[in-house]
Amino acid sequence: MPGVIDTLRLTVEEATGLLERGEVSPAELHRAYLDAAAERNEELNVYLCTVDDGAEGASGVPVAFKDVISTKGIKTTAGSKILAGYRPVFDATVASRCKDAGLPLLGKTNMDEFAMGSSTENSAYGPTRNPWDPGRVPGGSSGGSTAAVAAGLAPWALGSDTGGSIKQPAALCGVVGLRPTYGTVSRYGIVAFASSLDQVGPIAKTVRDCARLYRVIAGRDPCDSTTVELPEPVELPEAEDLKGLRIGVPKELNEAKGIEPGVAGQVARALDLARELGAEVGECSLPRSVEFGLPCYYLIAPSEASSNLARYDGVRYGLRSTANGDVRAMYDRTRHDGFGDEPKRRIMLGTYALSAGYYEAFYGQAQKVRTVIRDEHAAAFEQFDVLASPTSPTVAFELGARTANPLAMYAADLLTIPSNLAGLPGLSIPCGLSEGLPVGLQLIGRQFSENLLFRAGHALERALGFDFVPERLR
Amino acid sequence: MTWEPVIGLEIHVHLKTRTKMFCRCPVAYFEPPNTQTCPVCLAFPGSLPVPNRKAVEWTVLLGLGLGCEIAEHAVFHRKNYFYPDNPKGYQISQYDEPLCVNGRVPVPGADGDVEVGIVRAHLEEDAAKTVHVGGAEGRIHGSESSLVDFNRAGTPLVEIVTAPDLRSSEDAKRFLQLLRQTVVELGISDAEMEKGSLRFDVNVSVREAGEAALRTRTELKNMNSFNFAAKGIEREIKRQIGIYEAGGEVEQETLHFDPGNESAPPLRSKEEAQDYRYFPEPDLVPLEPQREMVERLRGELPEPPWARIRRLEAEVGFTLAEGLVTGGRDELYSRTPGEREAVANVLMNELAAAGVDPAAVNGEELGKVIERRAEIPRAAFDEALAASGSGGFSAERYLAETAIADVGELDPVIDRILSENEQQVEAYRGGKDGLLGFFVGQVMKETGGKANPQVVNERLREKLNA
Repeated sequence: MPGVIDTLRLTVEEATGLLERGEVSPAELHRAYLDAAAERNEELNVYLCTVDDGAEGASGVPVAFKDVISTKGIKTTAGSKILAGYRPVFDATVASRCKDAGLPLLGKTNMDEFAMGSSTENSAYGPTRNPWDPGRVPGGSSGGSTAAVAAGLAPWALGSDTGGSIKQPAALCGVVGLRPTYGTVSRYGIVAFASSLDQVGPIAKTVRDCARLYRVIAGRDPCDSTTVELPEPVELPEAEDLKGLRIGVPKELNEAKGIEPGVAGQVARALDLARELGAEVGECSLPRSVEFGLPCYYLIAPSEASSNLARYDGVRYGLRSTANGDVRAMYDRTRHDGFGDEPKRRIMLGTYALSAGYYEAFYGQAQKVRTVIRDEHAAAFEQFDVLASPTSPTVAFELGARTANPLAMYAADLLTIPSNLAGLPGLSIPCGLSEGLPVGLQLIGRQFSENLLFRAGHALERALGFDFVPERLR
Repeated sequence: MTWEPVIGLEIHVHLKTRTKMFCRCPVAYFEPPNTQTCPVCLAFPGSLPVPNRKAVEWTVLLGLGLGCEIAEHAVFHRKNYFYPDNPKGYQISQYDEPLCVNGRVPVPGADGDVEVGIVRAHLEEDAAKTVHVGGAEGRIHGSESSLVDFNRAGTPLVEIVTAPDLRSSEDAKRFLQLLRQTVVELGISDAEMEKGSLRFDVNVSVREAGEAALRTRTELKNMNSFNFAAKGIEREIKRQIGIYEAGGEVEQETLHFDPGNESAPPLRSKEEAQDYRYFPEPDLVPLEPQREMVERLRGELPEPPWARIRRLEAEVGFTLAEGLVTGGRDELYSRTPGEREAVANVLMNELAAAGVDPAAVNGEELGKVIERRAEIPRAAFDEALAASGSGGFSAERYLAETAIADVGELDPVIDRILSENEQQVEAYRGGKDGLLGFFVGQVMKETGGKANPQVVNERLREKLNA
């Protein structure tokens, strides 16, 4: 079997072919990835738990879920100690859609606690390591899912993205990640961080695989009032050229302080290729989106988080610490023991921003800025079909390099946050290496333009010829 | 010095929807604890609210019934606070963009209407129920432990806030009765205080007559009946006046009444300045009630209770009119023929005492019984009323029973009773006129209630005065 299943190289499309031709069974495929996990998980700490159920009843290609996705009867911790031992009594809508599509679950992947972070170092269960260089972070917060795909421990995976938590780790791990349009994928059963920004999305080795998984999970869910029906069905991209596509290059997203020259160079090379494929490439501007995006995000997301995380009180599930005194003392002790530093920091920020007398200056003002950012993007899309930039200003950084400096960590999402605030879809594809580490190209589209992003991403992916297997594992 | 009470009300009405406000759990009050729950109303991670369409529609209907404007754009907000009965750590409520605003309810009184402004009516979810074990009177203070029952968590609740337009406990009670009747007639709530489906808090302050500004108010919580509330308000008004007249200042505080024990003095607590950190609920989209729906509901509104009181007042006087309408008896009244005041009195007294559901009564037949009530035996009248709510009720059987008016038959009975009660006869003849009723009662007892009271009266007088 190992001769047939090279989990490092096998794409979902290829795996589907093996299944269709009866060359492997769903259980054998599932087993191959669990074996790979048994071999490499100790080094990488990708999986918080694996599901060894023989892929019973499954017909498709196995999948891994970020541990923020509720799975019935299977531990779901969101990377937090406060949910240690918690087993949901229900499946998230995306989990049941995968089940209905015949995709067996491989396991739950590591993440920054409550998806708060950009390196997967904020997990209560230890950091995940980058398959390209175990001394470096995989990015985050969906670092477990992107590392799983890069290291051949899962053919595809689901992540979640609030400020860049799919796109940024996809870039740092050299895989493809889609943050879908807000409202196209159900949030029902996703442990909430910031409700107005959280979106689940697919992570895979190729754009076409990404599109396949997006097709499984997207569409209106009666359990999530903020979802909508897709205006058009998801198409698997075929085109190999970019004729007629107008690509805008926002100056501020491409010239921001902190973008490494190696990163800028690979993005420039990708844009040259795009021109060769027939795209029109022109400069545009998103001045306020980039200047105010980060502060705006760090008011809205923590505000919503401070409220979303209030339910972890030790009364109904998860950790409960004992304390002398009344129920308040129990709350205090449970939350003190259960939350790590980053959730605590954001709960405090958010509580402050929502407080009487500060609301207008902070949360209220941030909502107004959000409207400005949305309008600015809409204006850019009057001239262009797709906007391009680096996904992350840097390649994967070393473990511990930013843990002492939250602001440096927050800056990792500088380029992904503006379009997230605008509710727009974004695709990150690997576009080359810098210092031997993957560089991600971010393609941003109009609302519901996932098909166009897939088309552009697929054509570029073919032209770029990036080898997604980490050099040290080849 | 003349003091003027200023009273405002905050009323919570439980909607009797089949399912809860944001999930599909049944709304059921008397099931075993924690059996009517799901991931949403228990606030499991990742669960999301989906609004109950019926609850929104009924809130709009109530708003229209209270003369409110219906918002074109209403928003759910999160009200954040920690308490074990609040599983999410926030309650989904409405804040600065409620569904219904600016209503007016005219409250008819014997001397004209009192106009009560409705500041707002909004939709929210109820909290769970906590039971405190081991403390005095079930209070949290001093209790050993607390139990939480989430069956009630997430049930739909409408909060109605009035302007401080009420000036007496009597008017407050009248308003509450009208409001309850409105809610019941719209079919959106049982509005039963015993079941907790109608609850209210009262804000009370006093000021000197003619004074424009409002003074410090106190809040009265947990009152379990309209009469109890009226008494509580009276007491609070007196207390505040007493404080001002002694040169003191009223402090802003909350008086928690014990619904299980009317005679217990209320517990007082300082009003803490709570910061609920309201912000728009990001898990829900704004409510935008469709205009066609609003107009359809407006068209379905029944004639409001206050209008009916004014209409009936002309026929039976204010007190009976108010009683009929707020007691839910005016619909039967309108379909019961006969002398209006007689019908109203029977509906308010004998029929009410018989515990018959007015909606089930055949008014035509009841009218016949009322019309001939002087001619038929008292027992037959009572039986007829008791039976009037059952299907196929017909007056005929009862009207066929004629009272014994035959003197030849009644005289021996009367004579025997007079001879058996010589002492009372002496007393009557000595001037105790009231004893006539005693003799009538004895005759009725002997005849099984079949004697014609008028004839008995006449014969008794004749014989006693002989």
